[in-house]
Amino acid sequence: MKKLLILGAGTAGTMVANKLNRLLDKDEWKITIVDQTETHYYQPGFLFIPFGVYTKNDVVKPKRYFMPYGVDLIMSPIEVIEPDHNRVKLSDGRLLDYDFLVIATGADIHPELTPGLGEHEWGQSIHTFYSFEGAQALHKKFKTWEGGRLVVNVVDNPIKCPVAPLEFLMLADWYFHERGMRDKVELIYATPLSGAFTKPIASRLLGDILGQKNIKVVPDFLVEHVDPDAKKLVAFDEQEIPYDLLVSVPLNMGAPVVAKSGLGDELNYIPVNKNTFLSNKFANIFVLGDAAGVPTSKAGSVAHFAVDTFGENFVRYSEGLELLPVFDGHANCFIESGYGKGVLIDFNYTQEPLPGRYPLPGVGPFTLLQESEANHWGKLMFRWMYWNILLKGQELPLPALMSMAGKWVK
Amino acid sequence: MATKTIATKIVQVNEEGFMTNPAEWTKEIAAEIAKEDGIAELTAAHWKVIEFCRKEGMTSGKAPTLRQITSGAGVTTKEMFALFPKGPAKKVAHISGLGKPEGCV
Repeated sequence: MKKLLILGAGTAGTMVANKLNRLLDKDEWKITIVDQTETHYYQPGFLFIPFGVYTKNDVVKPKRYFMPYGVDLIMSPIEVIEPDHNRVKLSDGRLLDYDFLVIATGADIHPELTPGLGEHEWGQSIHTFYSFEGAQALHKKFKTWEGGRLVVNVVDNPIKCPVAPLEFLMLADWYFHERGMRDKVELIYATPLSGAFTKPIASRLLGDILGQKNIKVVPDFLVEHVDPDAKKLVAFDEQEIPYDLLVSVPLNMGAPVVAKSGLGDELNYIPVNKNTFLSNKFANIFVLGDAAGVPTSKAGSVAHFAVDTFGENFVRYSEGLELLPVFDGHANCFIESGYGKGVLIDFNYTQEPLPGRYPLPGVGPFTLLQESEANHWGKLMFRWMYWNILLKGQELPLPALMSMAGKWVK
Repeated sequence: MATKTIATKIVQVNEEGFMTNPAEWTKEIAAEIAKEDGIAELTAAHWKVIEFCRKEGMTSGKAPTLRQITSGAGVTTKEMFALFPKGPAKKVAHISGLGKPEGCV
C-alpha cells in the first residue's frame, strides 16, 4: 500500500484530498490528511463581515464535511516534518511515514512582527479583516465609529488575496455612504507597492476607480513601526501617516512548522517548481496553496487551478513518468467595488491582467478590469460554488489554464 | 520587446524599463540607471548591495526581494531606504539589470 500524506485541510489540502481520492486506486493507495483545527473558514468571506454583508454562518463549516469517504483525517498539530526520513511527527509523538507528501499548511498573519501593531491598541483603534475574529471585531467597531481618518495598510507583500485591501476600501466607501457619513470619513490606502496594484495596466485602471471614489493611495510606503498612542504609521523612510482607525494587513508568513523543519525561505514559504509544485529539494514532496513559494497570487482560485493541473500530473509521476510543466500561474479574482458592482481580473505568470470579457470572449457575462453588476453577482455566487463544488474537487465549467481569448490587447 | 541605449550599449528592456537580459548588464549601465533613478553616485555601500543582488539574480534567475537582501547582504531595511530611496528592492533590481522583483504579485 502506497501512502500519500497531506498536511493541512484548508482550501488546497481539501481539494487535493478530494481530487486524488478520485484519481488514485484505493486498493493501492492510503490517503491521510492532518489538520489542527476542526473549522474550515471561507476566507474570501472575511472581507464582507465588517460591513455586515456576511455573518458567521456564511463563512464557517466543519472540515469533516468536505473529506471524502476513504480519506483518513487526523486532528492534531504537527511537531516537525522529517523529509530525510520520509515521515512527519505529530505533537502527541505519533509518527506518520509517507511515500509522497503534500504540504498545504497555508499562510497566516503576524501582527506581532511589526512594533506597535499587535499591542494594547489591537482590537481598539487597530484592526484587521484578515482573520475571522478580526473581521468580527471590526464589524462591532464600525457600528459605533463616528468617522475620521481610516487608513488601510499592507505591511509587506506577498499577502493572501492582493486585491482584498482595495475591495475593503471600496466597500467602506459604499458602506459609509449608505450610513450617511461618507463626508466624515477619509479613506487612505498605504501600500509598499508603487501603485494600487502590482501590474501596470491593472494598477492604472484600479487606481482610476479608487480616485473616482475619493480613496487616496499612498504608494511606496513600507511601515517600520506603528505608534499606537500617537496613532500614526511610521515608514522606514520616516514618512508618517496619522490615523483614527487603522485597518492593517499584517505580515503574512507560512506555517511555523515549515521553518522548524528547515523547508522554508525567509517568510516560511517552500521553494518549489512553479509549473509542477514539486519541491526543489525533495523528489517526493509537493507544496500546494499559500504554503508554496511561487510568484502568483495567494488565493483560492489559484489553489483551485493549481490542484486541477496537479491531479493528473501526480498520477503520472507516481507511475514513474515525468511531471509535465503544466501550471501557468493562472489567477482569477473578483474585486468587489461597492454599490452592487465588481471588477474581475484574470492573469497568469507571464500575462498581466487586461480589459475584456470572461469567460466567453466578447460576451462575458463578466467584464475584465471594468466595473459591472455581473461581476458582483459572480463574486456572491462564488461562495456557493466554493462550498459545493470547489472544495469537493469537482469540475468547474472554467478552464484551469488562462486563455487570451476575450482579452483586449492593444 | 523594446530596446534602449544605456551607456552607449543597446539593451533589451520591458515596458517598465527593467532590463530583460541580465547578461547585457555592465557597471557603466548601473551607474547610468542609478542617475535616472536619482542616485548621483554609487558608493561602496551601494555596490555591496548591487553585487549581492547580481549574484542572487544570476543564480536564481530572478531579482531578490527586500527581505532576501536584508537577510542576505548584511544591510538593514533602514539603510536600504537611505541607499535606494522609495522602493529599494525595485530600485536596486532596476540598477542591477535584473527583472522586477517577483515578490509582489
